[in-house]
Amino acid sequence: MNNNNLLINDKKLPGDLAMWFFILAELTVFAMFFIGFAITEYLNQQLFIEGKAQLHTASGVINTIALITSSLFVALSVNALHQNKVKQIVWYLIFALLFAFIYLFVKSWEYQSLFLQGIDIETNTFFTLYFLITAFHFLHVVLGMVILIFMLLKAVKNAYKENHSGFESGACYWHMVDMLWIILFPLIYVI
Amino acid sequence: MNTLKYQSQAVAKPYFVFALILFVGQILFGLIMGLQYVVGDFLAGAIPFNVARMVHTNLLIVWLLFGFMGAAYYLVPEEAETELYSPKLAIILFWVFAVAGVLTILGYLLVPYSTLADITLNHLWPTMGREFLEQPTITKLGIVVVCLGFLFNLGMTILKGRKTSVNMVLMTGLIGLALMFLFSFYNPSNLALDKYFWWFVVHLWVEGVWELIMGAILAFILIKVTGVDREVIEKWLYVIIAMALISGILGTGHHFFWLATPAYWQWIGSVFSALEPLPFFAMVLFAFNMVNRRRREHPNKAATLWALGTAVMAFLGAGVWGFLHTLSPVNFYTHGSQITAAHGHMAFYGAYAMIVMTIISYAMPKIRGIGECNCNRAQVWEMWGFWLMTVAMVFITLCLTGAGVLQVWLQRLPETGEALSFMVTQDKLSIFYWLREVAGVVFLLGLIAYLTSFFIKEKATA
Repeated sequence: MNNNNLLINDKKLPGDLAMWFFILAELTVFAMFFIGFAITEYLNQQLFIEGKAQLHTASGVINTIALITSSLFVALSVNALHQNKVKQIVWYLIFALLFAFIYLFVKSWEYQSLFLQGIDIETNTFFTLYFLITAFHFLHVVLGMVILIFMLLKAVKNAYKENHSGFESGACYWHMVDMLWIILFPLIYVI
Repeated sequence: MNTLKYQSQAVAKPYFVFALILFVGQILFGLIMGLQYVVGDFLAGAIPFNVARMVHTNLLIVWLLFGFMGAAYYLVPEEAETELYSPKLAIILFWVFAVAGVLTILGYLLVPYSTLADITLNHLWPTMGREFLEQPTITKLGIVVVCLGFLFNLGMTILKGRKTSVNMVLMTGLIGLALMFLFSFYNPSNLALDKYFWWFVVHLWVEGVWELIMGAILAFILIKVTGVDREVIEKWLYVIIAMALISGILGTGHHFFWLATPAYWQWIGSVFSALEPLPFFAMVLFAFNMVNRRRREHPNKAATLWALGTAVMAFLGAGVWGFLHTLSPVNFYTHGSQITAAHGHMAFYGAYAMIVMTIISYAMPKIRGIGECNCNRAQVWEMWGFWLMTVAMVFITLCLTGAGVLQVWLQRLPETGEALSFMVTQDKLSIFYWLREVAGVVFLLGLIAYLTSFFIKEKATA
């Protein structure tokens, strides 16, 4: 009986349905960019091999670790929320934000080093797509961080005591940002 | 009998009436022009094709603006639960706008366009001569004054009353409409730059802020006719406008493909505008969901039909027909062809003409003191109007799409010398143009049926 209840509860979508629509729309945009990238790569293989060779894979790895770790802390903060441990929520969110800052810093450094080599969005099709997709993702990280800061400020005031929906919605958004990078990194940097 | 919740809502009436008069004018000029496609010298001396086209499109824009203003004057007081700040200002602005609009259209028809430019001192601040924005500078200034007064009136009403999401979204849309129009005053001599900013008005109106206006009016009508909780409807509205803005703003890029802009616009324009059908699809789900979950049987069946119809037709016309030619590799061949015309017709009718007729259908019986709805016979006439106009518009769109596909095939696709010239191609398309004209006549019949519904009274019982 208890197991059944658990199953039913597990099926409930965390957060607000509206946020899931939003996430779905976001994923569609990225899906189109990824498909566009893959097709263009198929049509211009040599150009893409050369382009990828000019990217800094190590910084991509650092960013992957940073975002996954950040997501872990957000997941922990949701757990803490369910146990109503306000202090833990706040600390976990601060750690999540710190790791997100690492991403912002490394990514900015990477852009800067490409610009110094004279590479920009108009260099060739590979870099057009590289800059469009990663910059669009970068903006999502920034938006996600704004949402995390908003959640943090509300959590400090213990405003999520009664209703978890807003917090869970924000957490879902952050997981989306992280998941997108997990697809983006191998597609653009590695494969 | 007084059936209005707030008496000042009655100021919407002249706006709606005048909008429908202009709508008739738009259709008549559409028919004239449609015939000129196949009978080139029809009325060519009196109404040259370029003038007919200008009048057709300008009347459309102006009647929709009248419709939106009427909608706002009706909707905002009811949502804010207070009387309009100044009904007198609304009436004064109506006359200013109506007189300016009529004079401008008469100017188009009675004097050569260049003479109109001279008379209105266009050389002092040249803004004329661009598609849809042909109005003399002085008319444009008039539109700005009317918009400012209109927004002031609505803003003051909202400030003193209840703040609802519907009102906020509507106001955001209307303020956006006014702001984007300001780009019509910027007319750089560089043609690429000129087009670039021209799209700031045209695209960011119809694929940006107007969608907010449409969403807000649709939400208002659905609250009224279905009785579904406001919270549910507002949540849908937020999702829809978020999607509309995300896809619509960057979707402007689909107009920058061939404007000497950097190549990355091909990607931005293609990807984001490919998403533009989403908010319209959400509106279809929204409208049908709310009607299915209705808590009351509203007697105004016609208004509900318009609400469902506008969602479906906007999705088809703006969403699907827009998507057909929005990807840059496709648009390379199709831009400026009859496929664009097909999309333009169904999108404007489905999204904007129909949403205005939705609110008119809901509001007019109340404004006219008839009650919650027109009598049954009048509603039947109105629904005949709905179906005739809508089916006719589907056929107009299909004919133009057929013409467009053939045009691309004959004129654009061939890489070598066998591509036909523009005029030879046009001759080959004449069967589609004739069929379109027939569908246009059916549309006019539908419009007559629709207008007749306003004069139908319940049969006196013996």
